[in-house]
Parts: sequence; C-alpha cells; structure tokens
Amino acid sequence: MIQITGLTKIFDRGTVSEKVALANVNLTFTAGEFVTIIGGNGAGKSTLLNCLAGVYAVDAGVIRLDGNDITGLPEYKRARWIGRVFQDPSLGTAYDMTIEENLAIAYHKNMRRGIQPGIKKAERQHFQERLAALGLGLENRMKDKVGLLSGGQRQALTLLMATIVKPRLLLLDEHTASLDPATAKKVLQLTKQLVTDKRLSTLMITHNMKEALAMGTRTIMMHNGEVILDLDDEERKQMTVEKLVSQFESKSGSSLNNDRMLLL
Amino acid sequence: MTLLALLGSIELGLIYAVMALGVFISFRTLNTPDLTVDGSFVLGAAVSAVICSSGGSPFAALLVAFVFGSLAGTVTSLLNTKLGIQPLLSGILVMLALYSVNLRVMGGRANIHLMNSPSIFNLWQVAYFAKNAKLITATLTIFIILILLYFFLQTRLGFALRATGDNETMVRAAGINSDVTKLIGLALSNGLVAVSGAMIAQYQSYADVGMGLGMVVMGLASVIIGEVVFGVKPLLRRLLAVVLGSVLYRLIIAFAFAMGMPANDLKLVSAIIVAIALSTGTLKSAVLKQKRHLQS
Repeated sequence: MIQITGLTKIFDRGTVSEKVALANVNLTFTAGEFVTIIGGNGAGKSTLLNCLAGVYAVDAGVIRLDGNDITGLPEYKRARWIGRVFQDPSLGTAYDMTIEENLAIAYHKNMRRGIQPGIKKAERQHFQERLAALGLGLENRMKDKVGLLSGGQRQALTLLMATIVKPRLLLLDEHTASLDPATAKKVLQLTKQLVTDKRLSTLMITHNMKEALAMGTRTIMMHNGEVILDLDDEERKQMTVEKLVSQFESKSGSSLNNDRMLLL
Repeated sequence: MTLLALLGSIELGLIYAVMALGVFISFRTLNTPDLTVDGSFVLGAAVSAVICSSGGSPFAALLVAFVFGSLAGTVTSLLNTKLGIQPLLSGILVMLALYSVNLRVMGGRANIHLMNSPSIFNLWQVAYFAKNAKLITATLTIFIILILLYFFLQTRLGFALRATGDNETMVRAAGINSDVTKLIGLALSNGLVAVSGAMIAQYQSYADVGMGLGMVVMGLASVIIGEVVFGVKPLLRRLLAVVLGSVLYRLIIAFAFAMGMPANDLKLVSAIIVAIALSTGTLKSAVLKQKRHLQS
C-alpha cells in the first residue's frame, strides 16, 4: 500500500555542507503493518518520515500510497490520509485552544471547513468517549486549554487527533523521546492499543532497540540514508539487542557509539 | 474633562474598536502584527468619503470599504505566502503602496470634507435618538460586528484560523492549507479596519490621506489594555475586552489632553504605552529573577 522507489533527498545541494539524507531508498509496506525504524543520528529516519508527510520535497524518487502517486502533493493535502505525532509535544496541538477544539480540527480533516459550528453536540459526545478510552481523565477537561496539559497528556491527545479519522498511514517520529520514562511507557502502551484496535499501518521511529523489537511487526534499520537491515516478524523473534548491535556494526562498517540507542 | 468630551471619547473608542478587533485578528489570532492597517484604515475612509460626498448610501460605503480593505489584506498575505516576503515587510510594502492608491481614490486630493452628506450617524429621525444618534449608532455597529466575529471564530473555519496562529505544523497536519487561512484572516482583519476608517470619515465629516499614521499601534494598545484590564477568558470576554480596551485608550488620551498634553505628543505617548504594555512580560520575569537572586 505504501511503495517508495528510488527516494533521494539531499540537503544544501551544491554547497560545502551538502548532505545526502536519503540515498535511493526502496521500501514497500503492506496494509496493517506496524514498522519500527531504528538508526543513529543523521541516519535519515526523520527525513524519510518528513518526505512521506510532504514536509520536504524529494530530489528523486516516487512515493505511492494505495497506488496513487503522492510525491508532488503538498503536506496539507496528504494529511487527509496521513496522521502524525511529533517528537516535540508542542508541535501536535494548538496550545491556546481547548482540548475539544483541537480534536474538532483533527476530526474535520476530510470535511469542508466553512461556517458550520466548530463542534456539534454529537461530536462532543464522540470526543468524550474517545478521550475516556485513553484513561487519562482528559474527558473531564475538554474545555481546558491544551497549554495546561503535560507533555505526556499532549502526546496522548496528539495520538488521538492523528487517529480520530482513521488514517491510511500513521507516522510516529520518536513521539516518546522527550517524555520521562514512566510517561513514555504509558504513551507507548496507548500507541500499541490504538494501532492494534484499528489495524493502522504505522511507521514508528525509536532510538530504543529493545522497544523497536518489542513493538510492531517489522523492524528497519537505517544508516547514512540507506536501509541496511529489514527484519520481518519471524526474524525479529530470533533477534536480541546484542545481535542487532553486531549486525549493525558489520553492515554499516562502523561501531555503535550512540548510547541513546542502547538504552534498555 | 467636560461631559461632552467624555461622550466624544466613548464614541470614538467604540468606532475605533472595530479597527481594534481587526488588529486582534492579525496580532492575536494569526500571531503576526500586520502594518497594512495604517493604509487600509485610510482606504476605508477614502472610499467612504467619496461615496458619501457623491450622494451614495452611507451603509453601502461601509460595505464597499470592507471589500476594499479585504483586498488590501489579501495582497499583503499573497506577498507573504506566495512570494516569500516576510510578513512584517509585506505589510509595510502594502501600506506604502496604499498611500498612492488612497490619493487616487480621493481623486488626487489630500483630504475630502463631507458637508451635509448623509452618514450612518445622522439618519435618525426620532428626536430622542437624534440627540444620541452617534453613541447609539456606534454601539449598535460594534455590537453587531462583535457578535458576528464571535460566532465566526467558533465555526470550523474560525477554528482553523485560530489554530494557524497557534501552531502551523499542527494545522497542516490536520489537512488545512495554512496559506489560505492566513489569507482569510488578513482579509477579514483589514476589512474590519477599513470599515472603522469608513465610520470615522463619516463621524468626523472628513477623510485625510494622513489619518492612518500609527493606527496599528493604537489598535495594539487597545488590544493589550483590554487584555490587561478585562481579561482574556473566555473568547466572548476577550473580544469584549478589545472593545473596552479601545474605549479605555480613548479615555486615557482624552484625560491626558485635559491635563494639558500637547496634541503633537499623542503619537509619542501612544508608542510609549504600547512599548510598556508589550514589555510587561519580560520586565515581570526580570524582576522576579532579581528577587530570587536577592533571596538566595
């Protein structure tokens, strides 16, 4: 359902700081797959997600979603099929608007935005139920401004906003990285729950190898803008973090000196 | 201060409040101070003066002013989103261009006097209303605009507009073209500003090509004074605060005049008020830091 062919992205092309962020990446994801993506800093993980979301224009290659070429579409047009959660909890929500207003904006993704009421009664009911399912008590704070929420609560809300209209593809860009360990665990739990309940096709970047192997159905490792390892569910079952590290070192030809990736 | 001067200030405050609501949309809702305002205010006044002096309907003058003001805002927005010019500079460019446009609208004259032309303020026939016509008309107009704006900001489109100023990343991720919401916001903002200019031209019976100078600062002053004095929550109160802020600002100015402030110092005082108001956040945290430093 997602088909990426020859995807290349070069930053600052033709200058001394030229950086090949993605080098001829070819990937295919089938519907319902939950893929975890690992790799060191500058491996191209975030660039890949941003190219899929339409934040960056690609230098070469084609991205197909359900057979349609979406490579040239602007970010806001792709958003109708793609849900996103960002690393920075402040990026996913409008801080000066209430929880229910934020949800309404996400809920009307594929609808005309004219002078209809911003939130209808039935919609509010629906939001309340969905919020309650998060188990964070947010259903009682629907008229609170999002600026009052903690990072974890915001990420949970963003997760709900990204999935309240079922997306064809869910992109999670290290969405638990800036949370404390306990909160991160909770948000991951919610992620798992939402993704499995709705059978969402998901790409999740993480820096935690253990987490990458524990979550999802497939794991991809990136290095210097290339996919160097692609493990299906069967292969992952045989895999341990230690084996993954040695695989990384033999495939990339460099030693893993990033503590963050090894955090267990 | 005489009662007449007091009443005059309140009337002016209510009329300028329409402009202040326009500034509120660009400054608070879209989070960009828009300098087009200095030009679009005069544009509205010029259009209104030309229509009224040639016997046109004063109400039609307000509508036409709104359309012209919206166009000015649209140009500013397109310069920013399509041509990549910084928002502040886009506003300055359009403001400058409007100076010439306004002169053209006024037929090459620098000012137009409206003698005995019909205006929205002298249409009342009943004697009681005629006596308070200006106050009643101004109150009614700002009330209608306030209610319309309040409901608009609670529609789906209104939500999109408000979120654009908050967080553009989130807006695009929700499938909204932020270029379009910015355009609608600036068009609406400058449309209101032009209506305010059109009303002022009818109220004062003249339009002058230089009457827009510092208008955006006055608008900001009203918005900020309103927020500080009357609060920001919930939305209806926030909009009402802008209107009351505008009236309060006029009263402060009138009071300063009554205390003997020379008219020439008006812009200087306005700029100082806004500078103080905008820096309160920074000053407050600096003072707190100093206090903490002394305590430890």
